[in-house]
Amino acid sequence: MAVTTTYEPVIGLETHVQLMTQSKMFCSCSAAYAGAEPNTHVCPVCLAMPGVLPVMNRLAVEYAFMTGLALNCQIPEASKFDRKNYAYPDLLKGYQISQFDLPFNINGWITVEAEGVTTRVGITRAHLEEDTAKLIHRHDNGDSRSLIDMNRSGVPLLEIVSEPDLRSPAEARAYLQKIRLIVRTLGVSTGNMEEGAMRCDVNVSLRPVGTEKFGTKVEIKNLNSARSVLRALEYEIERQARALDSGELISQETRGWDEDKSVTFSQRSKEEAHDYRFFPEPDLPPVFISAEWVEELRARLPELPDQRRERYVQEFQLSPYDAVQLTSSVEVSHFFEETVRLYPNPKTVANWIEGDLFRILRERDTEIDTLPMGPPQLVELLQLIDRGTISHGTAKEVLEDAAFSGKSPASIVKEKGLTQISDTEELNRAAAAAIAANPQALADYKAGKKQAMGFLTGQVMRATGGKANPALVNEILRAHLDKA
Amino acid sequence: MELYELSIHEALAALDRKEISSLDLTEAYLTRIERIDPSVQAYLTVTADQARAAARQADLRRAEGHAQPLLGIPIALKDIFCTRGIETTCGSRILKGFIPPYDATVAERLSEAGAVLLGKTNMDEFAMGSSTENSAFMPTHNPWDLGRVPGGSSGGSAAAVSAGLAAASLGTDTGGSIRQPASLCGVVGIKPTYGRVSRYGVIAFASSLDQVGPFARTVPDCALMLRVIAGHDPRDATSLPDPVPDYSSLPPGSLRGIRVGVPDEYFVSGMEPGVENGVRRAIDTLIELGAQVDTVSLPHTQYALAAYYLIAPAEASANLARYDSVKYGYRAPNPTSVLDSYQRTRGEGFGPEVKRRIMLGTYALSAGYYDAYYLKAQKVRTLIKADFDQAFARFDVLVAPTSPTVAFPLGSKTQDPLSMYLSDVCTLPVNLAGLPGMSIPCGLSDGLPVGLQLIGPPLGEEMLFRVARAYEATGQWTPTIPPLP
Repeated sequence: MAVTTTYEPVIGLETHVQLMTQSKMFCSCSAAYAGAEPNTHVCPVCLAMPGVLPVMNRLAVEYAFMTGLALNCQIPEASKFDRKNYAYPDLLKGYQISQFDLPFNINGWITVEAEGVTTRVGITRAHLEEDTAKLIHRHDNGDSRSLIDMNRSGVPLLEIVSEPDLRSPAEARAYLQKIRLIVRTLGVSTGNMEEGAMRCDVNVSLRPVGTEKFGTKVEIKNLNSARSVLRALEYEIERQARALDSGELISQETRGWDEDKSVTFSQRSKEEAHDYRFFPEPDLPPVFISAEWVEELRARLPELPDQRRERYVQEFQLSPYDAVQLTSSVEVSHFFEETVRLYPNPKTVANWIEGDLFRILRERDTEIDTLPMGPPQLVELLQLIDRGTISHGTAKEVLEDAAFSGKSPASIVKEKGLTQISDTEELNRAAAAAIAANPQALADYKAGKKQAMGFLTGQVMRATGGKANPALVNEILRAHLDKA
Repeated sequence: MELYELSIHEALAALDRKEISSLDLTEAYLTRIERIDPSVQAYLTVTADQARAAARQADLRRAEGHAQPLLGIPIALKDIFCTRGIETTCGSRILKGFIPPYDATVAERLSEAGAVLLGKTNMDEFAMGSSTENSAFMPTHNPWDLGRVPGGSSGGSAAAVSAGLAAASLGTDTGGSIRQPASLCGVVGIKPTYGRVSRYGVIAFASSLDQVGPFARTVPDCALMLRVIAGHDPRDATSLPDPVPDYSSLPPGSLRGIRVGVPDEYFVSGMEPGVENGVRRAIDTLIELGAQVDTVSLPHTQYALAAYYLIAPAEASANLARYDSVKYGYRAPNPTSVLDSYQRTRGEGFGPEVKRRIMLGTYALSAGYYDAYYLKAQKVRTLIKADFDQAFARFDVLVAPTSPTVAFPLGSKTQDPLSMYLSDVCTLPVNLAGLPGMSIPCGLSDGLPVGLQLIGPPLGEEMLFRVARAYEATGQWTPTIPPLP
């Protein structure tokens, strides 16, 4: 592909994160509107009725600072809100209360792991603003109308702007996933992209490999999943590369992403760009941030993903790779740590989670916290292996069942009669029978062909319906063969 | 003496002595409104039935022994205050028919204090104007001369009190909209310190300048009204937490030791001699009361008008963006698109002065002009504040004319916005600095009232009332309802 050889993509993201406060940013309406009837979480303030005034939600402000601290940002001593003016029916006041030149958080960074490489990505700013209402466009039988659901109007929104430090679609996706992980770890947002609790715009330009100067950037708006970010960027990079190859100029513009057609399309050019006429919000006093307040908030931060990953390496002697895998989501790390607490063999637990459990989750396209199975069941399974009740192979089968039924592994083993045969007498009989039935294997063994051993083990396992203890079978077979 | 001529304090005393009932008082005002208001046109809405019900309620409560500071007193509200269940238009066609589902904090406080609402008064559209001629519905006439304006933008509230159509009223003051009409109508009006009174439910013109205040015929009445409405409101993040003093219990006294500054710059060229004479006479009276009077310079005063007409329109351009036909108020019929709906609704719904200020403000905030206009105006604002800070290091109170002219004839300035803007040249620096300012009547010039402006340091309302009370007690001015047909 032309892209990787000729051009280097330069990517930056603007991520909007809805903060999970009880009430909205500037009024006391409930911010938890998911699933609510349209226009039920509203009051004169979030409806922008005449004469109403905003009052700051202190928790939203604190969440914004906590997120900034987790993004290694600097917090200024003084900040303020500004009005961003533009006319659109989903913006009820005709301006959005946002932050312009004195955002709450500036100059941060996070680390992002993609394709085995760790990159440090700069965070330009993270500022607090309010969400807009939601337009619903209906076309029924030639009648087309637009409806407004104002429940979302005024929900606190943190806009996190990255530096143009990302160099591939995979890195951009990993960045978004890391932001999601951080806000979920903090408990300040659900980070749920499907529900719109996290939304993303990307900026992308290409430059010839080895050059410094940025190319002309294009913004792709409203990407609503990590997958869309990946695919839209892949498409857009290819589109720009082709254009540049054929000598065209890239025009600075805003593009949309058509999920069904998998293409980006032009929405508005630079000339049509808004003049937002920012000015300080006169209805809200400036915010002064004392060092004590910042330290108090810092003390409230939970263990962050990077710290947790480091701890897994130190405390559990896991490889950095394992640590990244096990800290990839809040739920996975909780599952892992709870399992290790009950079964203090981190490496074994890590192998089971990263191997079979992740495979099961991938196959069924589900998340660890939605499984009916919890850490106690995994612990029970591991103990069944340790006691020799079931083989490693049988355990995989039991895990598959337990994961979705939530039943105890012991009861599954009992129900399905999967208990491993460790009865020496029965295995002696089976071994003798296998050798008797396969004289060639015996001859091969005697001739030093060790693979004959494996063949015979397989025969014994088959004869016992896979329930034989493999280690014991080996031992008994060897005794028989050596005697023969 | 007619009941509508009683001051609030006199009426409260008569109510306490059971000589009159609130219903008597309310009926007296309603009758007078019916008789006089067709020629004054102070009211946009008269809430007669609700007023009678509230008066009966007040009489019951009084009979039950309840004591509330304004129990049974009939008052009026400028139509800028949202009133639950009562049409609130802000003098604009774009809000014709708008019935708020909530009360402004001040409406709530007056109601809790037992006041009886007579109705909503006329105003310049969105409080933009100095004559009440920018009302979308009708002009209001000055009770002292029906051929003249009452001032504005709170002209309806000032005229109502002046003509005995309400015992007191509330207005708002962004650049002089309480003080200038108080001056032109011969009543007492105060614009408190920015943040002293809640702006919640007050339809916004310029948020960093708007402030609510009362009109009354006497200084103690005005003080009582302010005491009721002032104080912190958790719904207004700019409201001040400081406790509210009992302004209305200040006895009249001497002004010995009070340092009074007279700013040279407020005696502007073009000031009418009758106004200057009236103000100078009042200053002489203050000296006689023991005040130490000296001149003071507020050197940046000349830039206040320009700064004001950048900052106020800039804020207004954003504040008025919500009137877009989508949610409430006027909507132009049969829109073909969202943009068409915006354009025709706003084109038809706003009057020319409002459009002029939206355009001015939008321009001042636009990319490439922000630094030269809005930002520079804010710097001027800082300098104007600094002028006042320096003055208040030497003086307890400043006195000046409120308006350079007495009431001018209806229609005489409507074609010349700039000369209309100059009506507020003595009042708007006080808004830019966020200070309390008051206008009290100090005599007549050719039969028309002249106003004396008192300006105090932040939260200096008590000092303003003290000086005003002392002046009023000299009898240089007797609260008067002008003779009306």
